[in-house]
Amino acid sequence: MSMAPEHAPTMARLSLAQRLAPWMPVLLVPLLVVAGLLAIPNTSSWLTLTVSGLAMGMMIFLMASGLTLVFGLMDVINFGHGAFVSVGAFVGVSVLLMLGGMTGAPSLALNLAAMGLAVIGAMLATGAMGWAFEKVIVKPVYGHHLKQILVTMGGLIVVEQLIIVLWGPEEIYISRPEALKGAITFAGAALEKYRLVAVGLGLVVFAAMRWTLRRTKIGLIVRAGVENGEMVQALGYRLRLVFVGVFIAGSALAGLGGVMWGLYQEVVSAHMGNQAMILIFIVVIIGGLGSVEGCFIGALLVGLMQNYVAFLEPKVALISNIGLMVAILMWRPMGMIPVVKAK
Amino acid sequence: MSDPILRLEGVYTNIAQYHILQGVDLEVPRGAVTMLLGRNGVGKTTTLRTIIGHWRAHQGRVLLDGQDITRMPTPAIARAGVGFVPEDMGIFANLTVEENMVLAAASGPIDGARLDWVFQAFPPLKTFWKSEAGNLSGGQKQMLSIARAMVEERRLYLIDEPTKGLAPAIVSTMARALRELKAQGASILLVEQNFSVARALGDTACVMDDGRIVWSGEMRELATDASLQERLMGLSMEAH
Repeated sequence: MSMAPEHAPTMARLSLAQRLAPWMPVLLVPLLVVAGLLAIPNTSSWLTLTVSGLAMGMMIFLMASGLTLVFGLMDVINFGHGAFVSVGAFVGVSVLLMLGGMTGAPSLALNLAAMGLAVIGAMLATGAMGWAFEKVIVKPVYGHHLKQILVTMGGLIVVEQLIIVLWGPEEIYISRPEALKGAITFAGAALEKYRLVAVGLGLVVFAAMRWTLRRTKIGLIVRAGVENGEMVQALGYRLRLVFVGVFIAGSALAGLGGVMWGLYQEVVSAHMGNQAMILIFIVVIIGGLGSVEGCFIGALLVGLMQNYVAFLEPKVALISNIGLMVAILMWRPMGMIPVVKAK
Repeated sequence: MSDPILRLEGVYTNIAQYHILQGVDLEVPRGAVTMLLGRNGVGKTTTLRTIIGHWRAHQGRVLLDGQDITRMPTPAIARAGVGFVPEDMGIFANLTVEENMVLAAASGPIDGARLDWVFQAFPPLKTFWKSEAGNLSGGQKQMLSIARAMVEERRLYLIDEPTKGLAPAIVSTMARALRELKAQGASILLVEQNFSVARALGDTACVMDDGRIVWSGEMRELATDASLQERLMGLSMEAH
């Protein structure tokens, strides 16, 4: 037997750069905000655009957060995720139309209650749909990426057609609840009330997701499963059940995002989820597959970038987020906060 | 010898078109350390992965304490009391040491006394308790990997090359920890290439070749018979 001395570990002192490195993605958001302030001469316009960008980012986060977990944990490329956004929007809008008395009343409490019911309805519907989608469409193609792309895109098309069958081919216009219409003025800037609600809701959902992932055992299993599902199973956890739970939760979150996105645009269509998928994919990729924090930061960057560039150079707005994705992937090829090392 | 804790009967495992295990018959005595030896690529890791259920036996039976676990899913096998330390350690790099250990205690909160015992075996884990496991050194990662299996009492431990690529100081720490585990009466099936460690820890040994067990018996017998070593594994272990 070796007579080598005891192994004596020491804690090395990290340099400032090493300590800052993990926070660099987080710092990108304030950096972009400051860049916006420098580029936009009018402070009130900048403030309006910033709140608008944050609100847009929060809604993209709501829609994308489920997809990043499904990507990371299940290694499933789900092009059908947009279907949950569309269905959520339609169910939510239907509930709001049924609750016309509550949404038309000039009472914030009644308006928020109506929205709450719409969100619950949408999340229940899309959660149930997610369960069926996973069982029927995704389960047979685990481990086969090409098949996943084809079959989930097929699923998306089927769901879009079902929406047309159920709600008709026309877009449905919806006005926001009475108390959430209009804007408040702050420091000379007009801040839309609905966008402030979207920012608040996004923050609450992000905090809840983060708490669940960081502070609960189920969150621990999900995070570990994103890294090494095989080992999680060898520790005694039924990852298959966790997979299904995450898929359902991700679908329900997409439904929530769909309601908020529909009210944001004040119109819903069968194809709205499909259209949002471009932004959702950008956010998931630049955030790092499987990373909720990365998804959150990525969504804020995309929302802010879109609003600033649309104001400064409208023609460039369409490609600005593609440029952002290219820049971030050149800096960090696995995304800002990579979780999945290799699959 | 008492009833074995684990018995493999004619186990065949295929991976894609490759027939890796070709009729493995193996017994792990209760409360003993069984060394699984053999050259690289003879099926040692596949044997462990078949037992834990990562790969399915196409033929034959795996019996844990007489219970057929051949078709059981991996989580059920783990819950039945089988702890697994894979060759690649399988630590969760983005989780802290603490989170790795909490996750490993699948049946409930970590027992304080047991954790103290683990810390005694692997002091660095206490030092780096709140650090991300990905920041640990190779040896510390291996300690964590074994500590995860030790954090709860298991009926059987499957450990795949715990000293692979480690510095001598860490190897001795590993060997001490495994001896501690053995002293507690644990049943261990251990794949090990380091013969010094194998000789020091093993009660019985099984030698594999071409996907089969070609020899099994007392470790003592194998360790003292150079010609047997030469015949079974094509090397003299006296050189180690």
